[in-house]
Amino acid sequence: MKLVTAVIKPHKWEDVREALETFGVTGMTVSEVSGYGRQKGHTEVYRGAEYDIALVPKIRIEIVVGDDDADDVVGIVVKTAQTGRIGDGKVWVSPVDTVVRVRTGDRDASAI
Amino acid sequence: MDGYYAFMLIATALVLMMTVPALALFYGGMSRSKSVLNMMMMSYIAAAIVGILYVAVGWSMGFGGEGTFFANPFELFWLDGVTPDTYIFVMFQMTFAIITVALISGAVADRMKFAAWVLFVPLWALLCYFPMAHMVFSCTEDSLICGRIGAQDYAGGTAVHINAGVAALVLVLLLGKRFGWPTDKMRPHNLTLTMLGAGLLWFGWYGFNVGSIVPGDDFETQFALETGRTFANTTLATMAAVLGWLVVERLIHKKATSLGAASGIVAGLVAITPACGAVDIEGAVAIGAIAGAVCAWAVGLKFKLGYDDSLDVVGVHLVGGIIGTVLIGVFSTSDGAGGIDGLFYGGGLGPLGDQTLGALVAIGYSAVVTAVIALAIKYTVGLRLSEEDEVEGIDFVAHGESAYDLHTSTLGGGSTGVLASRTAVSEGAQA
Repeated sequence: MKLVTAVIKPHKWEDVREALETFGVTGMTVSEVSGYGRQKGHTEVYRGAEYDIALVPKIRIEIVVGDDDADDVVGIVVKTAQTGRIGDGKVWVSPVDTVVRVRTGDRDASAI
Repeated sequence: MDGYYAFMLIATALVLMMTVPALALFYGGMSRSKSVLNMMMMSYIAAAIVGILYVAVGWSMGFGGEGTFFANPFELFWLDGVTPDTYIFVMFQMTFAIITVALISGAVADRMKFAAWVLFVPLWALLCYFPMAHMVFSCTEDSLICGRIGAQDYAGGTAVHINAGVAALVLVLLLGKRFGWPTDKMRPHNLTLTMLGAGLLWFGWYGFNVGSIVPGDDFETQFALETGRTFANTTLATMAAVLGWLVVERLIHKKATSLGAASGIVAGLVAITPACGAVDIEGAVAIGAIAGAVCAWAVGLKFKLGYDDSLDVVGVHLVGGIIGTVLIGVFSTSDGAGGIDGLFYGGGLGPLGDQTLGALVAIGYSAVVTAVIALAIKYTVGLRLSEEDEVEGIDFVAHGESAYDLHTSTLGGGSTGVLASRTAVSEGAQA
């Protein structure tokens, strides 16, 4: 099993969710996060004083999938969330040892 | 003049509204989310303290008789001998005292002990505002700014705005900068409050300026002519100042901002306050445009000179007050309330000199008296919060409250609030 974590632009979130649902992903955890990559933040001006806002708002999606599906899910996120401009985000995949469904106690593949 | 009396009831309520809640909203939105309640409380408590003190001795010091600096505080002590049909004029002047003190609070955001503010408010009203109101508004023959110098000030460019602006400057110099200023980000936390506050200030200012009419001999005629003039001038100067501020912003910083529009409103209102009775509508537009443009530049001075005037009381009220007061000497017409022609209307340099001298006297008096009061507080109870308390946030430290309990839910999923309620329980357990 793999954990796919994607950090994407907020306005792409609905498109990514729909594409993943169409592919067959049944659930995910989503959070609003802030951070920055190469694009850095932006500048705001209040009464002539410039403020560098370092952190940019992003959406983080976390999905646990079977080993075979990980590459497809990554591909879908990249294809859907891409605008080609700086600040599109990142996707990474990490190994998962164990998954347990709280309601039934099912483990691993049957818990996904 | 029953109509005049009814009008003064409304005007007085409007001016009180300028402090509670208009100024509190205007300043509150510009402060940080951890100090917005304290910022608003500084206005609310000023209203309570100054209002009662005004009835005790303020009216008497201002309007109780002759005097260069102030009249006998005990002549009309607790309105002794004042009949209730005069009370509305006492209340009207009281609301001026309240907002003048409250204006200062914008300079000391985040860091002034609440106890120090509660001490500063009555001392400053007593020693700085009540005398200045006498010097300007009583206009007895021996009163310094109106009677002796002969400077025109219809509604308080000197007594209110220069006075509060100078006090703000002196106070921040003695109080020091906030920790981290100016490198840390201290941007306004809710500009919608500021936009609302600025709009309410504009509305209330009609009470402030138009209500400042002083009845003369042929009052029926005077009332219609003069209130029409002051109402139109107040409106047009404010509009011109919004445009002036935004044009400067657009040229220098590439964007016309909402905070710039809100600030332009206040800058224009400040500058036309002393001048609204003296000038024609062309003069009002000129004064408003100049004030908007110059104040938009002046709010940047604190970064060049290094004083932490947090919400720009100096850049807007001191600078705007000086512009309005001095430019009366240029744009005043003999058709106006003062009957004096300024420089552009063939009156020569005399009126300009009188106006400048009036402004300088106000600056000097306010600077000296404020410094004495602030130093006295600094070396007794202290002016400043500790660094730890300032970083924690004065709302919680001084008042035991937080302004907001917000959990973002832009994904449409909403918030259960369980994490927030756990926090509240543990805070309660500590207390």
